[in-house]
Amino acid sequence: MTLSLSKDTIQVLKEQDVVFLKNRVKETAVKIKMGLVNQTRLLTAASELVRNMMRYADGGVCIIEVVSSGRVNGVRLTFSDRGPGIPDIDAAMRDGFSTGRSLGLGLPGTKRLVNEFDIKSKVGEGTVITILKWANG
Amino acid sequence: MSLKTHQLLKNKKKNILELWMKNQLADESLREDLISNDELRSQSEELITALVSNLSGENFTNLDSDEWSPVIEILGGIAITRARQGFSPRETGNFVFSLKEAILDVLQQEITSDPMTLFIESQKINRIMDNLSVVTFETFIKGREEVILRQTDEITEISTPVIRVWDGILALPIIGTLDSARTQIVMENLLQEIVETGSSIAILDISGVPAVDSLVAQHLIKTVSATRLMGAECIISGIRPEIAQTVVHLGIDLSNIITKATLASALAYSFKVMRLEVKKINTVSKF
Repeated sequence: MTLSLSKDTIQVLKEQDVVFLKNRVKETAVKIKMGLVNQTRLLTAASELVRNMMRYADGGVCIIEVVSSGRVNGVRLTFSDRGPGIPDIDAAMRDGFSTGRSLGLGLPGTKRLVNEFDIKSKVGEGTVITILKWANG
Repeated sequence: MSLKTHQLLKNKKKNILELWMKNQLADESLREDLISNDELRSQSEELITALVSNLSGENFTNLDSDEWSPVIEILGGIAITRARQGFSPRETGNFVFSLKEAILDVLQQEITSDPMTLFIESQKINRIMDNLSVVTFETFIKGREEVILRQTDEITEISTPVIRVWDGILALPIIGTLDSARTQIVMENLLQEIVETGSSIAILDISGVPAVDSLVAQHLIKTVSATRLMGAECIISGIRPEIAQTVVHLGIDLSNIITKATLASALAYSFKVMRLEVKKINTVSKF
């Protein structure tokens, strides 16, 4: 059972918002005393997802939450956009698959960086990705 | 505005100015460090003269009309200068608001017999002064935005220096997030400098990059490939432990690139490649 302790919604529409979002994620991670390595992992994961959002969906919304389960705290990020959606999620989650001439490591890499990863996408409607990183996990 | 009131304000211009100056000087937020009293007085006088001469016009309440352009120009000039000088919005706003108070005070003193006229004229003054305040803020914010834009330009300019650390060795410290635009600048600067100095080794130091995601990695790989095409070797240094772990988890393959933990070890490696040696001199100095 995870409880949401605080919620912060950030609109990401411009390039400048990306830096702002990353700073907020970092602040939140520092606040719950997340270790440096986990901070960097979360920050990198957030960076990947927000880049995807900017590139394929022209921006979207990110919700930063501090969640708690028993005695451990964590940060949950929800990225939702109204972009074109992902037709084949299984392919998108494979290493090296990309429709945009990138390394194709963004989604599968992000999944390896965080504790929980959830992706929902509907073609023509948009994509929602939720990730969770525990402070010491 | 009726002719009578206009005449009245024109005659009382000196009073208004004195009252306004008194208001401004009494204000706690007066910034004597940023603007001298004389300067403040000349600014105020200029504005009030332009304002009073406009009060009689047909288009009194229409700020878009040509008659108002001198006033707006003066006010805009003052607001922009204040934004650049570092005044706060409140201090800039008070400049205009205290003028309104001064004019209303004078009106109140002069029109004692007819409350109805006083009310109507006050209302007009209120309306026009509020409009002028909005103009002040718009220009003030524009001035601030210009400052920010200039700073952004400066940051991109200064954040990609190419340093010649040794004859034939270039170092390029990257600070902040590496996006496509920055990569382009970094790559251009680096390649240009390689040609100009005839360097054979370039060290990209990423100690100041907070996170390396797949796009940053891709940009780094591209920069390294481009450097190699120019016949130079590229070393990436400043890889912190947490960055190393993240890169491995992401699954990015950097094994084709020479990477070092610190700039010092990258430099030591370069010396070895160039067959140079750094030695401690074992001579006894006579002190």
